[in-house]
Amino acid sequence: MGEPDRRGPSRAIAGWRTGVIVALAAAFLAGPLALDSYWVGLLTQIVILGILAMSLDILLGYTGLPSLGHAAFFGVAAYAVAVLSTTYRAGFGASVAGGIAIGTALAAAFGLMVSHVRDVYFLMITLALGMVLWGLSYRWIPVTGGDNGISGIPTLEAHAGLPVAGPLAFYYVTLVVFAACAVLMWRLVRSPFGLTLRGIRENEARMRSLGFNTWLHCYLSFVIAGAFASVAGVMWAYYNGFVSPTYLDLAASSELFLMVTLGGPATLVGPVLGAGAIVLLKNVMSAYTARWLLILGIVYIVAILAAPQGIWNLGGRRSG
Amino acid sequence: MTYFITQSLNGLFSAALLFLIASGLTLAFGVMKIVNIAHGSFYMLGVYVAYTVVLRTGSLLAGAVVALVAVAAVGFVMQRFFLRRFTSDPLPQMMMTMGFALLFRDLALMIWGGDPFTLPYPAWLRGSMEAGEVVFPYYRLFVIAVAALVGVALWLVNEKTLVGARLRATVDDPEMASAIGINVARLSGVVFGVGAGLAAFGGVMGGPILGGYAGIDFDLLPLAFVVVIVGGMGSLTGALVGSIVVGMIDNFGKALVPELSYFTLFAPMMLVLALKPTGLYGRA
Repeated sequence: MGEPDRRGPSRAIAGWRTGVIVALAAAFLAGPLALDSYWVGLLTQIVILGILAMSLDILLGYTGLPSLGHAAFFGVAAYAVAVLSTTYRAGFGASVAGGIAIGTALAAAFGLMVSHVRDVYFLMITLALGMVLWGLSYRWIPVTGGDNGISGIPTLEAHAGLPVAGPLAFYYVTLVVFAACAVLMWRLVRSPFGLTLRGIRENEARMRSLGFNTWLHCYLSFVIAGAFASVAGVMWAYYNGFVSPTYLDLAASSELFLMVTLGGPATLVGPVLGAGAIVLLKNVMSAYTARWLLILGIVYIVAILAAPQGIWNLGGRRSG
Repeated sequence: MTYFITQSLNGLFSAALLFLIASGLTLAFGVMKIVNIAHGSFYMLGVYVAYTVVLRTGSLLAGAVVALVAVAAVGFVMQRFFLRRFTSDPLPQMMMTMGFALLFRDLALMIWGGDPFTLPYPAWLRGSMEAGEVVFPYYRLFVIAVAALVGVALWLVNEKTLVGARLRATVDDPEMASAIGINVARLSGVVFGVGAGLAAFGGVMGGPILGGYAGIDFDLLPLAFVVVIVGGMGSLTGALVGSIVVGMIDNFGKALVPELSYFTLFAPMMLVLALKPTGLYGRA
């Protein structure tokens, strides 16, 4: 009738998607109890990188700002935890707060430089900013330890004084953080603010003429995404007990980009699936072959050729 | 003073290499609006191909010619069969070049192994020029001169030939250009290929000094991108000015505060982005 073509998913696909989410949630909740510590480790990686991928999705998927330097905030927050907890022997609260604050402050500073830029220019400038930070982590040896990185970060359980310890305990702490972040981000993209971001993605000129301060919305989106990426960085520092410049390099940022585009931008669920797919693929491949870089390269090319809309958008792009 | 002159000459040498890399990057960006992450890989492939040729023939010139032609062909094929289908869709294009960058790195590791090496100096360019207290290797002067010649040649093609006119028209407005009968797809392929060849040629020129090693592709890429951003994306003049600015700052930065190298590039980039977001010579 007068209904515009919203190209939303059919009811069958929507039901199928709900089923997948429920099954995944059950698997992430109960699965680790039956798995050995290697697989619990992989699940922990997926959950942490899932937070990171969702944070890029706010920027890339919902706001339409393709950042190729997003791993920088993740890496800087991880470095902040490492420096605070080892060099300065700071406590748990100070290390976590410091990591998130420094990562977010950096996003607030970078945001000032990039929020008026769009499209491919945004891509190139965030790439350059991210790589400058990578260079800093690599060469500022007195603080960052250079190529050797920083090791000796205490485990989260010991640092926070939790009564439990071990991979399983850490996994569930991570899962709680993930759930909190996911709910916050879900609320954010459903809020009027999130709708405005989508409006800017679709037609910025129209949003501006409606009276929205589009610069401010882009800026806030950039800072919020940076803050969630910092949370992921803090968790990753505790997970690994070690930080190195590879967290910030271009390969890390574009792998993150691949997670979001492979999973399906502007869905939040898709990027988590993408993170899972990449983590599993990398670990399984590197167990069988030393040529995993080659295979990863081919995965990039095939993924773009085969599913440019992302896995979660197969069978109809979501209207949301 | 001697120190200052020597460092400036070193800065000019860096600028010469950067110009060879960044000119192709900026032209490809201008025509195709592509962020090419594999551009550093073209430089790397250039060094490696030239290494193989130089080992067989002993001639750096032969190495340079073969590297230029071979890598230009690789670039052309990549554009023709993989990038062209995503014309004016920057995200898939960028991801595609990232895939190729990883592919090239691992292939280079497979074929040539991971040992670092340097290319030999040509025999007639050994030794150093001495003027008063300033001592400067002939080879570096040679590279500066070669880059200047390439710059002049590119400028002549761009300003004085029909191809150049088509190129400028396409950079200005690809849709309009194709409407008046310019084959934008083919022009993009040629520009991408030539840009790849130039980066490879830069690799050969830098080979006797920087050499080749695993990871050189991503070491040089940020510098090239900063050049393009500072100079203005799509502008050849911008690439020249940007190369000199970045080459000088990078060189003095490395000499004065080595632990902050790369980071010293941050200042010019920030300044340009704040004052003129499109870069010194870029158009919106």
